[in-house]
Amino acid sequence: MDRNSRINWINRLILPALNVLSAFTATAIIFILIDVDPIEATQILLYGAFGYQEGFGYTLYYATNFIFTGLAVAVAFHAGLFNIGGEGQAYIGGLGTAIVILLLDPNTSPWIFIPGSIIGGLLFGALWALIPAYLQAYRGSHIVITTIMFNFLASSLMVYLLVNVLRETGQMQPESQLFSENSWLPFIHNIVAKFGFSLEESPLNVSIFIALLFSLLIWIFIWHTRWGYAIRATGLNSTAAIYAGIKPKRIIILSMCISGSLAGLVGINELVGYQHRLIMDFHFGYGFGGIAVALMGRNHPIGIIIAALLFGVLYQGGAELAFELSNISRDIVVVMQALIILFCGALQYMYSPWIIRTFAPIEKEDS
Amino acid sequence: MNDFFLTIILTLDATIRVSTPLILASMAGLFSERSGVVDIGLEGKMLASAFIAASAATVFGSPWIGLLAGILASCSLSMLHGFATITHRGDQIVSGVAINIFAAGMSIILGLAWFQQGGLTPTLTSDQRFLSLSLPGVDLFNNIPVIGTIYRELFSGHNLIVYLAFLIVPFIWWVVYRTRFGLQLRAVGENPKAVDTAGLSVNMLRYKALLVGGLLCGIAGAYLSIAHNAQFTRDMTAGQGFIALAALIFGKWKPYTVLSACLLFGFLDALAVRLQGVVIPGFGEIPVQLIEATPYLLTVILLAGFIGRAIPPKSVGQPYIKER
Repeated sequence: MDRNSRINWINRLILPALNVLSAFTATAIIFILIDVDPIEATQILLYGAFGYQEGFGYTLYYATNFIFTGLAVAVAFHAGLFNIGGEGQAYIGGLGTAIVILLLDPNTSPWIFIPGSIIGGLLFGALWALIPAYLQAYRGSHIVITTIMFNFLASSLMVYLLVNVLRETGQMQPESQLFSENSWLPFIHNIVAKFGFSLEESPLNVSIFIALLFSLLIWIFIWHTRWGYAIRATGLNSTAAIYAGIKPKRIIILSMCISGSLAGLVGINELVGYQHRLIMDFHFGYGFGGIAVALMGRNHPIGIIIAALLFGVLYQGGAELAFELSNISRDIVVVMQALIILFCGALQYMYSPWIIRTFAPIEKEDS
Repeated sequence: MNDFFLTIILTLDATIRVSTPLILASMAGLFSERSGVVDIGLEGKMLASAFIAASAATVFGSPWIGLLAGILASCSLSMLHGFATITHRGDQIVSGVAINIFAAGMSIILGLAWFQQGGLTPTLTSDQRFLSLSLPGVDLFNNIPVIGTIYRELFSGHNLIVYLAFLIVPFIWWVVYRTRFGLQLRAVGENPKAVDTAGLSVNMLRYKALLVGGLLCGIAGAYLSIAHNAQFTRDMTAGQGFIALAALIFGKWKPYTVLSACLLFGFLDALAVRLQGVVIPGFGEIPVQLIEATPYLLTVILLAGFIGRAIPPKSVGQPYIKER
């Protein structure tokens, strides 16, 4: 193997693997610090995530959310933008979904309800990303700061709407009324039952297929369309992209809207798929989780699906861990998320000089 | 009328209390960003310090040890940020996000392991925290109608950190604009290449700035758990680190304007508490969420250049690569 292809392999495979390994090692050290046996913890975690049907259903259910937000962050990354506003876009997207469902007549056919609610989520998520994108493209304000502010604006807005406008009359809980049963997405255990199989009940619903479908669409879009090409070109070198006739301002708007709309689909899984009403903080943590998923999945749909599955395992297994051991809580998953963002994101190239020196040293020319 | 006057004074008093952590945290951000390193990890550093300060104050029974431990925790996260973004030239935003999430999770995990109270720290007794100080002469001025009340309610009766926060701003102004370190700090944020050419280490300067930021953020966090409150609670910073970041931008990275922005945002916060459920004739109830959201809204509008222009230090966000 010549040096370039070796470096290629190092960057694609060895470095990411080392980074993930570092994050896990750091987590193991934390486990030891708080007097939990890391091996026992891993066993409980894996049992919780894979050991029984309901647990595995939850794992896939959480993974669905992470696919949506992971794709969202990745599309923006491809354009060289950091969309830290996934939280807000997911929240507002859920609002869009709920509005469509609550406005339609309860007897409407599911064939109108389901695409309608998806479009509602896509549109509102895109809208919540459009404003920061516009401000970045045309007014020069930094997208990271504006999207952070928009996360807080979204949560204030939603608290207001849920308490004052959407709350069911006579109810104390800040929740909307129950969605019409026609709008509910079928649970997987119900679908399977129709074919004569039986599965334990879990919140897993057909949203996971929607998430996989969108992964495919995004793969086609990013790598096999003109627009996807323009987005990648801008992200790699915006000056060169301008010379190629690409308009960076439009790319900012386009990529952010797609990013926001993908985040906006979290509500499809959470609300239409499981909760069946608009509730407070249903989106909590998935927007930030999406950053870790995208970084770990290296912004590629297949990587994202794998990383999202890992996070689903961590979420569900973490719940099991908190249930089994009294001195640990589910927040350990949050810590792992942070470590993955740190090692796979900020410290991405920490091992790079060392490993390249060891495995692909500059070859002396024979002369 | 007298009641109304007292309400205003009490609202302003609350403003001072809630502004204090904002001032300290945004000054921390000022050092970091003036040196060219974006610091969205303010929130996480405050949270870490709040937790460690409360824990240390409980265990060692002294607020001073608590404060010191809080500062240490915040500074170590600052150094981690530096290690990732200065030494390894990692993305500053990504590193900041990691720090925020890390502090949010770790504070609960350690709290649970150390105190077994569902992630909280035990309630601090009064000798384990910074208490309100009574300024000299309160009794003396008390009989003077208006001034007496203002002096008693507004100026006296805060804890040490509050006074520190307000006194530190002129000092920071002096450091940033009148000292050699301040000049180097501003230069490295605007044009690191020039600083490098002058024979100074860009990396060392940025590390120093982050260390000062860690110190200030540590004080801000300790204020929350061992001075303003008597306990650490889950996610007790509740976005104040981001409000401080907003104030830093709103104040255009200048100490006194940042101070004013902090006071404004603090006032809005105090007002939101006061206006809860109050019905204004002819307008109805003001949504508290609207007032709470105002700092974020104002920052977005300012950044968009609709009211003035906020221009950050030129090299902010870019890692420095020394030419060979």
